[in-house]
Amino acid sequence: MSADLGSANEATIKSFTMNFGPQHPAAHGVLRLVLEMNGEVIERADPHIGLLHRGTEKLIEYKTYIQATPYFDRLDYVSPMCQEHAFALAIEKLMGITPPPRAQYIRVMFAEITRILNHLLNLTAFALDVGAITPLLWGFEEREKLMEFYERASGARLHANYFRPGGVHQDLSPGLLEDIAAFCDQFPKRIDDLEQLLTENRIFKQRTVDIGRMTREQAIDWGFSGPMLRASGVPWDLRKAQPYDVYGDMDFDIPIGKNGDCWDRYLVRMEEMRQSLRIIKQCIDQMPSGPHMVDDRKIAPPPRAEMKTSMEALIHHFKLYTEGYHVPAGETYTAVEAPKGEFGVYLVADGSNRPYRCKIRAPGFAFLQSTDFVSRGHMLADVVAIIGSMDIVFGEIDR
Amino acid sequence: MTQPLEALGEKVAAAFPQDVLRREISHDELMVGVRREAIVRVLQFLRDDPDCRFGILVDICGVDYPERAERLEVVYNLLSLTYNRRIRLKVTTDEQTPVPSATPVYSTAGWLERECWDLLGVYFADHPDLRRILTDYGFEGHPLRKDFPLTGYVEVRYDEEQKRVIYEPVKLKQEFRSFDFLSPWEGMNAILPGDEKAAGEDKPT
Repeated sequence: MSADLGSANEATIKSFTMNFGPQHPAAHGVLRLVLEMNGEVIERADPHIGLLHRGTEKLIEYKTYIQATPYFDRLDYVSPMCQEHAFALAIEKLMGITPPPRAQYIRVMFAEITRILNHLLNLTAFALDVGAITPLLWGFEEREKLMEFYERASGARLHANYFRPGGVHQDLSPGLLEDIAAFCDQFPKRIDDLEQLLTENRIFKQRTVDIGRMTREQAIDWGFSGPMLRASGVPWDLRKAQPYDVYGDMDFDIPIGKNGDCWDRYLVRMEEMRQSLRIIKQCIDQMPSGPHMVDDRKIAPPPRAEMKTSMEALIHHFKLYTEGYHVPAGETYTAVEAPKGEFGVYLVADGSNRPYRCKIRAPGFAFLQSTDFVSRGHMLADVVAIIGSMDIVFGEIDR
Repeated sequence: MTQPLEALGEKVAAAFPQDVLRREISHDELMVGVRREAIVRVLQFLRDDPDCRFGILVDICGVDYPERAERLEVVYNLLSLTYNRRIRLKVTTDEQTPVPSATPVYSTAGWLERECWDLLGVYFADHPDLRRILTDYGFEGHPLRKDFPLTGYVEVRYDEEQKRVIYEPVKLKQEFRSFDFLSPWEGMNAILPGDEKAAGEDKPT
């Protein structure tokens, strides 16, 4: 920093460069942001990413399709199941299989639970970034309940590996639906509590209103999707526009914002949690009985009990977990509306048991790219708000 | 679903008779192969034409096919919010020939092309800032190419004596094993080790 703080008429402040992160609590992981600043004002922001690069796409090329699914949990680690969903749908599309209705309902229900999980973390961490610590503590309590549902369905709190091509790995445990229904009844009160703390909070509004505005055209040009796009006033949601599984039968609304600033993004996400609850309730009410996986032993493993008595079942199990299945040659781009935005998988299959190429389209990649554009002319503290509102998770951006 | 896609494919082909090399609809998705030099013109057309309006460039993806003459393929996935449609454009290139950058048409292309350059070594002409993006500072090679080993060439560790992070050639405690689980009786087209014995002294092809 220039120390030229002499008389007022010769106070020329040279622009200087500052490193924000990678070890900064508001950098949401390992973002290194190189900021060129003129005093307190951002002139240019250059995000350096890749500090969490694990080569997921390369690893997937060396794994069978079944072995590749868990990698999707580890991309965006706050909304794991939605990403498995994209991968499962892509494989199902190439193989031409449709999961049974119960599996589709379970998937939609858990995709929405995932959305609430994600938004709870994002909104409350965002609030923490701009100075409010209580929402985070309240939000984590609710998150814990949701992750318990994860655990009861899949056995894991975070990296579920639950959605498989052809259905879900196992059926819901007894009593789980009732408990989720009970959660749905008490959770709106929690959302109200959070809103009471934040929505009209003077400090929160000072930090977020008119910060990081994106117009409709800019948002489209920068490849936005999900809540970020909707906050800019574009009524676009893949769950409505290109419904997958049973989203077409669900009755829910899509909240959109007006100004495309940080506050609108917050409001859109808040409302999305309420809409997710509506979908979960509908899923619980309409949950059909029946199998949770396609009845094809080449794709789905046989039940444990059957393996104890049937030689064929044992062979199927062995072949499925060593060789896996062969996906017919072809390619597809399949996208789902993940909590952060459009999460897509571009899958190239060559007819063998491994993907030839699996490109992961992460919504956060596009958001973070626009940091430079959005934060120009803002103050340093606003960059924190902008990044918080973008819902950045480095697992998916760095892959 | 297929009807409008077919019409769209024909429209693009009619607008660029010389530049559209092939088009194909599979799994309800339209793919159009485009001549490399024309990609920016085609993208511009797809974005601005009132019947296309592909406003969002969703993704740019590179695929490596080492056995082809032009081994690298760049795939553009576009999305039209107006018509709720997707289209996929493909261009091919080799290690040296640059692909015109899509940044003048879509702002979001900047990082997507950087990533493609970083991981596959596709060179983009007129890109404003073609640096590596995902790999380490000073990384060499393009990891998503098929001839790049999964384990990479170097590994990093903190050296207590030099008090800094150093790069060393990869040392594997156990040799990298790539298991071949393919059933010999279905879906096999490779020659198994030992097959040459059955055919006498002939070398395996």
